[in-house]
Amino acid sequence: MSDADPAAGTTPALRVAGLHFAYPDGTSVLHGIDLTLAPGERVALLGPNGAGKTTLVLHLNGILHGGPGTIDVAGARVNPADRAALAEIRRRVGIVFQDPDDQLFMPTVAEDVAFGPQNLGVRGDELQTRVDEALAAVGMSAHRDQVPHHLSFGQRRRVAVATVLAMRPEILVLDEPSSNLDPASRRELAEILEPLPVTVLMVTHDLPYALQLCPRSVILDAGRIVADAPTPEILTDEPLLRAHRLELPFGFDPVAARPTR
Amino acid sequence: MGAGHAHPLHLERASPVHRLAPEVKIAAVLLFTIIVVVTPRTEFWAFAGYAVLLAVVAVLARVPALWLAKRATIELPFVLLAIALPFAGRGERIDWLGLSLSVDGLHGAWNIFAKGTLGVLASLLLAASTTMRDLILGLDRLHCPAVFTQIATFMLRYLDVLADDARRMRIARLSRGYDPRFLWQVKAFAVSVGALFLRAYERGERVYLAMVSRGYTGTLPRAENDRAPVTQWVAAAVLPAATAGIALAAALG
Repeated sequence: MSDADPAAGTTPALRVAGLHFAYPDGTSVLHGIDLTLAPGERVALLGPNGAGKTTLVLHLNGILHGGPGTIDVAGARVNPADRAALAEIRRRVGIVFQDPDDQLFMPTVAEDVAFGPQNLGVRGDELQTRVDEALAAVGMSAHRDQVPHHLSFGQRRRVAVATVLAMRPEILVLDEPSSNLDPASRRELAEILEPLPVTVLMVTHDLPYALQLCPRSVILDAGRIVADAPTPEILTDEPLLRAHRLELPFGFDPVAARPTR
Repeated sequence: MGAGHAHPLHLERASPVHRLAPEVKIAAVLLFTIIVVVTPRTEFWAFAGYAVLLAVVAVLARVPALWLAKRATIELPFVLLAIALPFAGRGERIDWLGLSLSVDGLHGAWNIFAKGTLGVLASLLLAASTTMRDLILGLDRLHCPAVFTQIATFMLRYLDVLADDARRMRIARLSRGYDPRFLWQVKAFAVSVGALFLRAYERGERVYLAMVSRGYTGTLPRAENDRAPVTQWVAAAVLPAATAGIALAAALG
């Protein structure tokens, strides 16, 4: 369990230390998570269903809390008791949830993208700029006045990314970004995420997608980080993958697919 | 904010009525309806005058009469109730085609029919010329309590999502040979309604979490939009003013 800090000296974009969590009914989910992300790093959080991935994600912006351990986002401590600080944490940590229909609740695309910045007190021209920028970043500017329901699933997922980008987050957390996408939408989303100048934590069990987008991967299983290494290394360690119910798709060779970066 | 939300009562047209700001139209229809309702039911000519006013609006909004008539059938259950009144009414009775009808009941039936139809037609014209989104914005600008406009906003977004859910569940039921012919076979349908409710409830929770993650603290940001210019208020005021004029003339005459 190496807690590699590649950019020692600079403030990490995210530092989780000794995080435990149990749900009120006693179900223990996280057993001491340590995870550090350097600014600009893209990390895949891999793990089988029920490993605690979503629970960890909901801790990053203070929605779940209560167990021992600390979380710092770009140097700011997540403290659920401090409402003003929490608003800033929620700006810094942008979570894109799995089902875009949960994320997009406003009647039009532009209004939904404006929701986050409006909560931060952004108004007027600045708000318009933010909305335009975020929609342009995901290639959805032409659909700004459309009803989310009338967009394709892939387009909705892209708008969901824009709703978070408009808040100018330090770290973008994506929960299963490739789920339910057809191959073309999957590629389009990768092309959008690739050039973004933010730190990315991508929760997924789509291993090829992790290899394509994230140089580093960590495996979370049964509430613990059980592996933390460069993605190609993890994907070629078949016994490790098998031990944690992770599988490469049929016919996929991570050595041949190794990204040329 | 002219996002056309395809609802069956909206009619996409380029007309002066469509271009009016939603809040002035809502106010005009509301005033019109109030005047119609308070008009004494025996002022038959006044009601004819109101109908003419609505016809003028319909022509201006380029809404076809047949389109209006089809959608006005929503009123039918109330009309059926009205038809019962002359038979069930008390007091002085007249004979017509061998039927004994109550005069009071006839007046009551006319009252329901005339006022109901005018109200329904006015609402239909409002819906035809205003998108759902604009209606909510208009209510918001008229300082309708935020709770109502927010609930309406969520309905506008999630009604379609829920309808889709329900449709998919129905297709899945049919695909497994479900073909209810008798009352005791509706159990699967009833269970699906329950499942749909649970799904909606769980989705509500997830939507709330996603909103909180984007800094939601309990109040939706108010849409900042230009208020309607005075000229639009004046233009829309023509309808209630003319209605009031007819009502006054009828009352004095």
